[in-house]
Amino acid sequence: MWTVFGCLVPPLLLSVFVFGVQVLFIAAVSVLSCMAVEAASQKMLGRPLTYLDGSAALTGMLLAFVIPPGVPILMPALGAVMAIYIGKHLMGGLGYNIFNPALLARAFLLATFPVAMTSAWLPPITDGAIFTYLSGIDGMTTATPLAVLKDQGMAAFIERFGEPRDIYMSFFLGWRPGCIGETSGLLVVLGGLYLMYRRYITWHIPVSVIGSIAILTWIFGGESLFGGDPLLAVLSGGALLGAFYMATCYVTSPTMRSAQLVYGVGIGALTVLIRLKGGYPEGICYAILLMNPLSPVLDTWFKPKRFAPPLRGEQ
Amino acid sequence: MAQLYLDTLTGGLWKRIPPFRLVLGLCPALAVTMSAENGLGMGVATACVIILSNGVISALRNLIPHKVRIASYIAIIATLVSIVEIVMKAFFFPLSQQLGIYIPLIVVNCIVLGRAEGFAAKNPPLLAMVDGLSIGIGYGLSLTLIGSIREILGAGTWFGLPLFGESFEPMSFFVSAPGAFVTIGILLAVQNLYSRRRGEKFIQG
Repeated sequence: MWTVFGCLVPPLLLSVFVFGVQVLFIAAVSVLSCMAVEAASQKMLGRPLTYLDGSAALTGMLLAFVIPPGVPILMPALGAVMAIYIGKHLMGGLGYNIFNPALLARAFLLATFPVAMTSAWLPPITDGAIFTYLSGIDGMTTATPLAVLKDQGMAAFIERFGEPRDIYMSFFLGWRPGCIGETSGLLVVLGGLYLMYRRYITWHIPVSVIGSIAILTWIFGGESLFGGDPLLAVLSGGALLGAFYMATCYVTSPTMRSAQLVYGVGIGALTVLIRLKGGYPEGICYAILLMNPLSPVLDTWFKPKRFAPPLRGEQ
Repeated sequence: MAQLYLDTLTGGLWKRIPPFRLVLGLCPALAVTMSAENGLGMGVATACVIILSNGVISALRNLIPHKVRIASYIAIIATLVSIVEIVMKAFFFPLSQQLGIYIPLIVVNCIVLGRAEGFAAKNPPLLAMVDGLSIGIGYGLSLTLIGSIREILGAGTWFGLPLFGESFEPMSFFVSAPGAFVTIGILLAVQNLYSRRRGEKFIQG
C-alpha cells in the first residue's frame, strides 16, 4: 500500500507546483482525516487497529486527487467520513467494500457541495509561483477543458486552450486546470508503469479502459463518425488517473484476466457515454462506481472451465 | 385488561415503532421526508388512515370471508385514504400539493395493511384503534425526526425557519434520495445499538 502511496507523491508535488501550496494542505487534511476515521471506525466496531497499514492513507490520497484544488480545506475531512466509515467499514472493512471508497466520497461530495466541486478549479500557474496561497482564489476560478468542450463546444475550447495538437504536450505534462491528481498524465502513467513493473497491477484494466475511451471517442466524439480526438479525450479529465489507480483497486475489480478486460471496456464505454451524452463533463468516476458492483458477476461469468474430473466426494 | 391497552398504546412508540422496528412503510419515509413539515404531514395523514382502517376492519373482522380478506381490506383502506385526501385538499392545500402522489399511495403503504392483517383482524375494535393510534404516532414521530435531520443538514432550516447564519453551506446530499437512505440507516443503527446496550430483544412486528 505504501508503494502505491509513494507513486502518488510525484503527481502531488507537481500539483503543488502548478496550483499552489493549498493543494498540499488539502492532501494532508484528506490523508490524516482518513487515517483518523479508520482508527475511530475500527475502535468503534471492535476490529483490529490497522490504520497504519497504508490503505486508509492511500484512500485519503486518492480522495484528494479527485477533488478540485480550490475547495474549502475541511471538505475532504467530510469526504473521509463517507469514504472510510460508510464506504468501507460499514460494508465490512477492507476487502469487503463494494465501491471504491475514494470515488464514493467524491460522488458524495459532488452531491453535497455541487457548487464547490464543479467550480473550484484553479488555472495552472505558469511561472511556478507556488506561494500564491490566499491571494484571491475566488477571483481565479476557471473551467476544466472537458467542461469547456462540453458546454461551449470545440471553438471555445480552441480559443481558450489553443489548437488540440499544440496542447497535447502541456496537457500531458500537467499544465491545465483539473482535479488535484489528474493534471499530469506523464507522472500518473510513470507511477502506473512502475506499479506494473513491480507486478502490483497488470496491464489489462488500464489498457482496456484507456483503449476503449480512445477508440469510442474517436468513433463518436466528433462532428461525424470517426472524427473525434482520441488523444485529447485520454489526456483531459481523469481518464489516466482512473484507469491506473482507481479501476485497478484489488477489492472492487475482477480477478480473472478476461473479466478485467470486459470490466475495463465497460468503464471506458460508460465514461465516453457520460462525457458525450450525460449531464457531467467527466464521467470516469461514475463509470467506475457503476462497474464496481458488477465485478463479482464478471468473475463468475469468466470463471475458467475445469478440465480435471471432480475429486472424490465433490459434486 | 388495562395493562393490555397500555402495552398496545406504548408498543408503537418504541417496541414496534415504524419504520425502524416494524421495517414497513419505507417508501414514504424515503420519499417525502425532505423537510420536517412534510414528514409531520405525512405522519398525521397515515396515522388517521391507520386508526380508521384498524377500527373498521376490526369491526368487520367476523363478516369478511377469509379468502378475499386482502381485497376487502384494500377496498376499505382505499375508501379511507380518499376521505383523508379530500379533507387534506380542502383544509391543508399547500401541504397536499407538496406531498402530491404520496397521499393516494398511503393505500399501498404496508404499515396500514400490515396492522390490518396482523392486529385488527384478531382484536376487538377499540383495542385495534388504540394500536392504530400508537403506530400512527410512532410513524409520525419517526418521519418528523427523519425530516428534521434531513432538513437541518440539507437546507439549514427547521420547519422552514433558518437555523444558521449566512456562512452555513447546506449539504444538498441530505435532501436528495441517497441522503434519505443514509439517514434512515444511521438512525436504525443507533436504535439497535441503544437496544442492545439495554439488553432488549429485537422485536419485529
